[in-house]
Amino acid sequence: MSQKPYVPEYVGTVTKYVFVDSPNTTPQDVAAAAYEIAKGVMIKETCFGCQITGLPEDVDRIIAHLRVLDPYRIFIKDRGFPPGDARRCRADLGGARPGYLGHEFEMQLARYFSYGLEQTDKMSAAELKKAAGEILPEPEAIDAEIIEQIIAEDK
Amino acid sequence: MVKVFIYPATSLILSDLVARFGHEPLGSAVKIREHIQSPGFDSPPIQMTSEDPQKGLKWAAVEVPSGIRGRMSLYGPLVEQAEAAIIIDEPDLSFGCMGCARTNELLAFMLREKDMPKLELRYPASKEEGVTFVAKIKQFLSELPGGTK
Repeated sequence: MSQKPYVPEYVGTVTKYVFVDSPNTTPQDVAAAAYEIAKGVMIKETCFGCQITGLPEDVDRIIAHLRVLDPYRIFIKDRGFPPGDARRCRADLGGARPGYLGHEFEMQLARYFSYGLEQTDKMSAAELKKAAGEILPEPEAIDAEIIEQIIAEDK
Repeated sequence: MVKVFIYPATSLILSDLVARFGHEPLGSAVKIREHIQSPGFDSPPIQMTSEDPQKGLKWAAVEVPSGIRGRMSLYGPLVEQAEAAIIIDEPDLSFGCMGCARTNELLAFMLREKDMPKLELRYPASKEEGVTFVAKIKQFLSELPGGTK
């Protein structure tokens, strides 16, 4: 089997996703704010916010600026691939990019995280410790009768 | 600043909270980035090479399927670097094929076995649980060396 050399692109850069789920800040606002101080860093506007690709210090500078826009409703995470990479980009693959299923799941819970961040920000150290001591309830198990019904429907 | 392994390793919220409260999140993206930015031989579709399952032998036995060993070649070094971990129990988002499922089981086992500060919790299902979820993580991270109070 012949193998051709792999020459990586964007070596030394980092890519970060910026997600926004807010009634006050739109993805366009986030992208515009990022463009304002981009100074050559690659910004890609998306339906959920934007992606930023550049040297780590440049990306950190832009992220610090963006977080201020809506501190409780902007979420940021690392991305392995740069935007438009043929191995991941849906323009080449078709359909939703696999990782979006995970993002979609967590963004459905974003309002709980935002509320949590806002409330914990107002707490004193003692109140935070008390809130952290609360127990997150176990999800209720599915009723055995419902499982029986599903099995019966499958037959 | 402490290196905190996040499980699920692709979690957006854990990655955000760990960075927000002054630590370094260790997740899939960090290792994938390192992988695809290293020159070598072309090995589509996601630049995994035939060497990766061999590297995975350090964490998974030879009779373990290559898919798991390949995945462990990404996660294993991160677990070794990790100085703390946040684990979400039974996360729906990491549901996948048997390769993913067994890797997740092995990963959670390795994290639980390692002697380091750990926080285990569940995703919130309401606003009130959201407060508890964030408070637990904030409290945990603030107690680690270099955390923001």
